[in-house]
Amino acid sequence: MEVVVVIVVVAVALAFVVLTAVAVRSRRGVDLEPPAPGVAVDSRDRAVADQVQADVARQVEEAFQTALPEDATSPVEVAPGEVVEAQPVPDLRVLPEPEAPAPPEAPPRPSFRQRMGRARSLLSGYVGSVLSRTSIDEEAFDEIEEALIRADVGVATAQTLLDSLRQRVKAESLGTPEELVAALKAQLKEDLSEGDHALHLEAGATNVWLFVGVNGVGKTTSIGKVALRHVSEGQQVVMAAADTFRAAAAEQLELWARRVGADLVRGAEGGDPGSVVFDAVQRAASRGADLVLADTAGRLHTKVNLMEELKKVRRVAEREPGRVTEVLLVLDATTGQNGLTQAREFTGAVGVTGVVLTKLDGTAKGGIVLAIQHDLGLPVKLVGVGEAAEDLVDFDPDEFVEALFD
Amino acid sequence: MFESLSERLEGIFTRLRGRGRLDEADVDEALREIRVALLEADVNFQVVRGLITRIRERTVGAELSKSLSPSQQVIKAVHEELIGVLGGEPLRVTYASKPPTVVLLAGLQGAGKTTAAAKLGRWFRQQGRNPLLVGADLQRPAAVVQLRVLGSQAGVPVFSETTDPVAVSVAGKAEAERTGRDVLIIDTAGRLTVDHELMGEVRRISESTSPHYTFLVIDAMIGQESVTTAEAFHAALALDGVILTKLDGDARGGAALSVKEVVGRPVAFASTGEKLDDFDTFHPDRMASRILGMGDVLTLIEKAEQTYDEEVAAKAAAALQEGRFTLEDFLEQMQQIKKMGPLQSIVGMLPGIPKEIKNAKIDERELTRVEAIIHSMTPEERRDPSLINGSRRLRIANGSGSTTSEVNLLLKQFREMQRMMQAMGLSAKISNKKAKKAKRGRVTPAGLGPQRRR
Repeated sequence: MEVVVVIVVVAVALAFVVLTAVAVRSRRGVDLEPPAPGVAVDSRDRAVADQVQADVARQVEEAFQTALPEDATSPVEVAPGEVVEAQPVPDLRVLPEPEAPAPPEAPPRPSFRQRMGRARSLLSGYVGSVLSRTSIDEEAFDEIEEALIRADVGVATAQTLLDSLRQRVKAESLGTPEELVAALKAQLKEDLSEGDHALHLEAGATNVWLFVGVNGVGKTTSIGKVALRHVSEGQQVVMAAADTFRAAAAEQLELWARRVGADLVRGAEGGDPGSVVFDAVQRAASRGADLVLADTAGRLHTKVNLMEELKKVRRVAEREPGRVTEVLLVLDATTGQNGLTQAREFTGAVGVTGVVLTKLDGTAKGGIVLAIQHDLGLPVKLVGVGEAAEDLVDFDPDEFVEALFD
Repeated sequence: MFESLSERLEGIFTRLRGRGRLDEADVDEALREIRVALLEADVNFQVVRGLITRIRERTVGAELSKSLSPSQQVIKAVHEELIGVLGGEPLRVTYASKPPTVVLLAGLQGAGKTTAAAKLGRWFRQQGRNPLLVGADLQRPAAVVQLRVLGSQAGVPVFSETTDPVAVSVAGKAEAERTGRDVLIIDTAGRLTVDHELMGEVRRISESTSPHYTFLVIDAMIGQESVTTAEAFHAALALDGVILTKLDGDARGGAALSVKEVVGRPVAFASTGEKLDDFDTFHPDRMASRILGMGDVLTLIEKAEQTYDEEVAAKAAAALQEGRFTLEDFLEQMQQIKKMGPLQSIVGMLPGIPKEIKNAKIDERELTRVEAIIHSMTPEERRDPSLINGSRRLRIANGSGSTTSEVNLLLKQFREMQRMMQAMGLSAKISNKKAKKAKRGRVTPAGLGPQRRR
């Protein structure tokens, strides 16, 4: 019983705190300038706060009603084998509404295609079975769906793609599997060609490219490789080691800076990432460098504080003479459906302008970028196809798609 | 997802009322929704196919239960099937009779091996062991430096040298024997499964150090690749289990299910935060709820048991039931909760919390504000907030750097909460009975409670 009571208390206090936080925050959204102490609050603010509080309180209360029995089913109390709890299920349907276009992943340059060998053969294996059919039937569509889902395109995006493929089959009276696959390719290329795939450098400005993403996707490595490209084109590049959180992240970037011949600005471990970026912009401006590549600490998009910190880094980077001309979301090709959420959250926080898709030299397909492009209109700008410094290449939709179906 | 899944299933099955059996057409429609839910959770395509086949077998033609609605019955079957795959005993580490016990970590780039190595080192230390970390990732720039920094934070020594990964591992083992370290954790470089050279290298590390445990470190956000990855590493190294990292995000982690199904190895440890302590052994069966999008009450209870001060809890429980829960109690409770970890993750574990709250971004700093306000009250005021008049309010606001309106809001919310607590204090007393009756139409993180009963 003790445990149960504790949990109940936890739940109560917790919900209360949540409710406090939510109410206070939304209220703050209303009065940007908090009234001086002792001054009467604007009644409008109060009304909003009350409203929020009432709503939240009601929800919490409802939740308790149902959560409580659940709590009580802690290991101590449940009869074995019985289905005990009540689950509130407030509302909402979240299952995918088919949407975006299509599938797989893969990169561009010839060197890339070679590396993609294995992934390609895997996928063309699926499509190959489509080709071996005699006509376009439901199973052919099922096989295409399977190929797309295996590439991490996601159910919703795959279904949208299949829908438009079906229409195409009808409209253009396609009859053979070859035509079906050709139509699929065309569709994919079209979808992937949308948007602006160029990397932007404003002449005469101190450009800042911000690299963001969750932990372990390859931000630091991507910066090293991007730096190499630009240095070898004769540009002056300053790297900002604004990942002050991960142990030795700055050392890792420093090794890259030395390797490619770029400047590096770093701060203390655990220091303020904003000030590192600020210093890097100043340094770049004073040396007439065109480009600052800012590394940031990996962060899960669910961490509010860390996302706030990232917004601040961006604001600081925008300070004269800095100009943020790219915010690149680095995404690991093995990422599954969570990639779409990542893209949405990072875009909401810092205005992502494009995706860098890394680790495409394995068997991972990176199909989630199709969902991202479709749902959020975020184009892929660079793809990583190998460990070597020159293996980060421009994204080319045609090659990407062809590489999948060769 | 679970909410929406169960709702959809309700919709599909409403027309079933009054019939005696689930027929194939009904079940197939439901299974389509379940398939989508599993795929959206990144469960591997082939694994989903197998699961769906098995779920169909156990549901088609099943007699309709009297106590469960058809949709509940199907979800129960799904849940049981998932637990069947995920379940089994959590991994229990046994130590080599001739130390050191060697633990080898391997995985793709960026899965979190280095961090996991340090966290694992700390975990062994907490078990009363003397671990030694070996930095055998000589590939990624500064990986060894990272391990050294993390090792010193974890209080675990790190051995490395710039020879080659196999030699370092062997030397590390000798070093552990020489210095009497009884657990050896080898951190290796990230590698792609198609890189035969590097896969060969990690196999040589394994052959020359004969690890007692080989763990695949895998990112909770991984998609369909989980199976290819696990199969390749299993073929090369014979895995004992998986360390699932970055579980503090919002990925559903279908990989845990896929890997278990395909290579038969469970998630042994999970990493749930950036701090070195955010790491522990894992109860794989609980992953079923997460994959289906349900709360995880058991983890919550366990966390509470670990971090909650018994006395404080007992006191609070008494106060709660007698309806005299004060701001002081509240402050105490709040501090306890903070010890349990980020509020967001705790709320995530509560079942039945409305989406609006669950999905609300919770800013931990708000807690600090609330704390500051309560701290600025005198003990008398905390015990009896009705004492707080205009001038006291101003003093509290000034003392806590907030505004009087914020103080007011807090007090108002507290009154509201007291009211709710009283209601709950009552229901807690009858919760036992209620729990068994409260079937109010929804299934459950079910199967969980009973399962864990000892």
